[in-house]
Amino acid sequence: MPEITRDEVAHLADLARIDLSDAELDHLAPQLNVILESVASIRGVAGDDVPPTSHAIPLTNVFRDDVVVPGLTAEQALSGAPAHEQQRFAVPRILGDEQ
Amino acid sequence: MTELLSFEEALEKFDPALGLEVHVELNTASKMFCGCPTGFGADPNTQVCPTCLGLPGAMPVVNRVAVESAMRIGLALNCEIAEWCRFARKNYFYPDMPKNFQTSQYDEPIAFEGYLDVAVPIEGGDGESFRVEIERAHMEEDTGKSLHVGGASGRIHGADYSLVDYNRAGIPLIEIVTKPIMGTRDQAPEIAKAYVAQLRELIVALGVSDARMDQGSIRADVNLSLSPAGDGALGTRTETKNVNSLRSVERAVRYEMRRHAAILDGGGSILQETRHWHEDTGITTSGREKSDAEDYRYFPEPDLVPVAPSHEWVEELRSTLPEPPRVRRSRLQGDWGFSDLEMRDTIGAGALGLVEETVAAGASPQAARKWWLSEMARRANDAGVEITGLGVTPAQVAEVQRLVDAGSLNDKLARQVFDGLLAGEGTPAEIVAARNLAIVSDDGALGAAVDNAIAANPDVADKIRDGKVAAAGALIGAVMKEMRGQADAGRVRELILEKLS
Amino acid sequence: MTSTQDWTRRTAAELADALAAGEVTSVELTQAHLDRIDAVDGAVHAFLHVDAEGALAKAGDADERRRAGTPRSTLDGVPIAVKDVLATRGLPTTCGSKILEGWVPPYDATVVARLRAAGLPILGKTNMDEFAMGSSTEHSAYGPTHNPWDLTRIPGGSGGGSAAAVTAFEAPLAIGTDTGGSIRQPAAVTGTIGVKPTYGGVSRYGLVALANSLDQAGPVTRTVLDAALLHEVIGGHDPLDSTSVDKPLPGLVEAARLGATGDLTGVTIGVVTELGGEGYQSGVLARFQESVDLMVAAGAEVVEVSCPHFVHALAAYYLILPAEASSNLAKFDAMRYGLRVLPDGVESPSAEEVMRATRDAGFGDEVKRRIILGTYALSSGYYDAYYGQAQKVRTLITRDFEAAFAKADVLVSPTAPTTAFKLGEKLDDPLAMYLNDLATIPANLAGVPGISVPSGLAVEDGLPTGVQILAPALADDRVYRVGAALEALLAREWGGPLMDQAPPLVEEGESA
Repeated sequence: MPEITRDEVAHLADLARIDLSDAELDHLAPQLNVILESVASIRGVAGDDVPPTSHAIPLTNVFRDDVVVPGLTAEQALSGAPAHEQQRFAVPRILGDEQ
Repeated sequence: MTELLSFEEALEKFDPALGLEVHVELNTASKMFCGCPTGFGADPNTQVCPTCLGLPGAMPVVNRVAVESAMRIGLALNCEIAEWCRFARKNYFYPDMPKNFQTSQYDEPIAFEGYLDVAVPIEGGDGESFRVEIERAHMEEDTGKSLHVGGASGRIHGADYSLVDYNRAGIPLIEIVTKPIMGTRDQAPEIAKAYVAQLRELIVALGVSDARMDQGSIRADVNLSLSPAGDGALGTRTETKNVNSLRSVERAVRYEMRRHAAILDGGGSILQETRHWHEDTGITTSGREKSDAEDYRYFPEPDLVPVAPSHEWVEELRSTLPEPPRVRRSRLQGDWGFSDLEMRDTIGAGALGLVEETVAAGASPQAARKWWLSEMARRANDAGVEITGLGVTPAQVAEVQRLVDAGSLNDKLARQVFDGLLAGEGTPAEIVAARNLAIVSDDGALGAAVDNAIAANPDVADKIRDGKVAAAGALIGAVMKEMRGQADAGRVRELILEKLS
Repeated sequence: MTSTQDWTRRTAAELADALAAGEVTSVELTQAHLDRIDAVDGAVHAFLHVDAEGALAKAGDADERRRAGTPRSTLDGVPIAVKDVLATRGLPTTCGSKILEGWVPPYDATVVARLRAAGLPILGKTNMDEFAMGSSTEHSAYGPTHNPWDLTRIPGGSGGGSAAAVTAFEAPLAIGTDTGGSIRQPAAVTGTIGVKPTYGGVSRYGLVALANSLDQAGPVTRTVLDAALLHEVIGGHDPLDSTSVDKPLPGLVEAARLGATGDLTGVTIGVVTELGGEGYQSGVLARFQESVDLMVAAGAEVVEVSCPHFVHALAAYYLILPAEASSNLAKFDAMRYGLRVLPDGVESPSAEEVMRATRDAGFGDEVKRRIILGTYALSSGYYDAYYGQAQKVRTLITRDFEAAFAKADVLVSPTAPTTAFKLGEKLDDPLAMYLNDLATIPANLAGVPGISVPSGLAVEDGLPTGVQILAPALADDRVYRVGAALEALLAREWGGPLMDQAPPLVEEGESA
């Protein structure tokens, strides 16, 4: 049976950029384990010969033409911004390098 | 001060393996997944829409021309084109990525298993090319751009905050990844540079991108690892970013080889990480640790449906491909009558296209080669730019050569015209006029200068009268000095001999 | 007062007819519904935002068009409520979350654009479980909605607000969204109609995504005909949605009218073995059986079909949904819109620190649970075992449906295993909450259309139950035909619509 430890939950919260409090970590891990136990029943149900379905309806090759279409004005784009300056989104200092 | 082993010693003890990841920004009119314009230099956040801004609820739709460009790049690189492939989400957080995932391709790239035959001199063989194997070419989208405020020199470290512009977010990118490149030995830096240069030429020939390293429409990341000489296995690699010119590609490879060698030779091990190249100081510095801690959690993009190019579509695109590079190089060499060495030098300087255009503008191949490989290459090197970014056009070079051929300029004066061109003083003809550079062909003026030279150098004049024609050189020099170089040396010589016969 | 109450009790089709006949104006209708909202929404809490000014202005425009004889559509001027998960330009869109408190989108979802183009005034945005994660609307960051049948009970979820609005006569029509039953299950527990269209049948552009491969927007109404009328307004191909079906909608209104005759001769109905039995409340099952018997009496054939992989549907769903959602919700990071929270006691926090603090403060427990679960299911080493497997089980479920539809024209089951439970009853047990979706989830996994039709009140508690009717993908007309037939047959049994049996909501400030 799979089990998520508190540490693993902390790591996952890290990947998901959520700052969980100790209290939250304490009660999330057991809840997740209960859920995981029930969904774990899925393992082994489908054999290797069963292809995965990513879309209910089998469409392919949906494209748009390479033409310019009017978008938002800068004002509209920035309308929800918590902070902006010089017509750009102002964000707190970024650690680490660009990818 | 980071320890480095000498290049020679590094190669005695270790074999390099290279990997190059090149990103090409396509020149489509609209973005990869929406209809926003892609033009460079617009006011911040004026080329955005709900989709490329990542607003809640917005959805992507694939740009058909971007897919075609991806396929054409793949075909030009001798790749197989996928019969069926999907987009995938690469999940990670970064403020210049509006959705905090990049819509890319993961295990189903549109093109894979290809190669590029790179023209480089191969030592000890008659071959003139090295085959770089291509693992894949896939479609993805570019990120926004950040300005970092408050730190030193606008760099990210030490900045107080950042300002983000999403105009660039969503512009189509094609990522081209090589397989590990083995067996390059001491030519590793050269081959890396040549690969990027020639890949670039191919992209430009396809017409799918401007591919300017100085403008970021083509970007190269360099991967390097060393293994003990003869070992064969792959060592731990580092990735180097911020390699913004062909020159940097070569230098970065060389530097990393020496750095890795010093560590390994001293019994240490290489930290798998991303490093940052500094062109000014010629070193790499440590960036982020490239560990598996950044799990991208790839899964197929559920808002997009698969791309399944038909056989007909692929063949239609194949018929639009330009001449393969090898064939083109052969043809041009034949047309121009260049020796193998002249050809290799031209290609090595990244000047093949420039020479071709200069010839098309009317110059002789040899003249074109001469100007680009000596004069322009030197100036580009001094200015720290690529030869293509110098600011002198093939048409201008051809024009200058035309003036030389017509006798209005000599080589020395031509160089002053190039000074003027780079300073933006106008056309060659305008510069010649404004700077008064034209060769004086008026025999009257020349004759007066010759008379002056004869009068000032009576002993030399006597020698010439006595038949020592070689002595004329000193008088020619004097005349040229008086004429500030604006004289045809041949005509001066004739006049001197006439007057002293 | 009596006359305004009359208007709010009419169906949308009746209102459309009245508008066309000049018996009433859209402004009067809209005002009547706004008055009703004022009177009862304090108790029901169906709405998160009411746009009286905007709705009346649009109503005025509709009236002008009617006077000029140029209505934009059959429903021009009939007011509507929209679930707060769809982007509405100029109106706040919170998705029931604190992290989007106050966000006003600069664009309209395609569904909203089509409503506007058809002339329907938008009354406001309705309450929902946060980011559509839930089956009771208790996970809304803005407080729960109350079931108008019994205000101490849940209205279903995630679209409890839209269902309650229609149940309480605050709107004749509403738009909901359905990812695992979020339109159909609230319909069942509130005695109303809810339709999940074929996947891709209605545009998702502007629908804030929960699970992209499962979500669909659809009609929430009091009658099947109303749902068909609304579906025809919002449905159809959208070039802005790559997953939208590029085929014309079949005639839905036509099918509903045909079904309303109550004649089901020639129709084979499949009862799904796995969607019933243990775990289903006896009153729910009893009402379901009665509905099946009625349909047989009306000429239908019944067969029993087994869909053996349906027992794994819940597991597949609770792996696929969190995985897709965990990625969809990454964009809420305090950088471009929405909440920004600075971490306590940190001077000059970094972007990362602000992201983390904001997401912890802005997301509720259920959302965090699913994000963590989804991140786990996608992480390296677990992908194949969880997400990968779930996608395969999806294939098996789709095949089960195909085999079943080879034997029957439509499939039927109870929509939800129980009637409306008490507020707070299942909050501490996430798994118990998930079981509400048992019967509805398979349709989302396979992309097939479904409707919930009220099937009467459960004997033990007097609360509404619903019957679910499913059809093959793209055969939405079948859902409307059989749904309309069942509705008509039941109305004959009851002597009128089920809503006539609803307890009157005490209107605030009015004498009883």
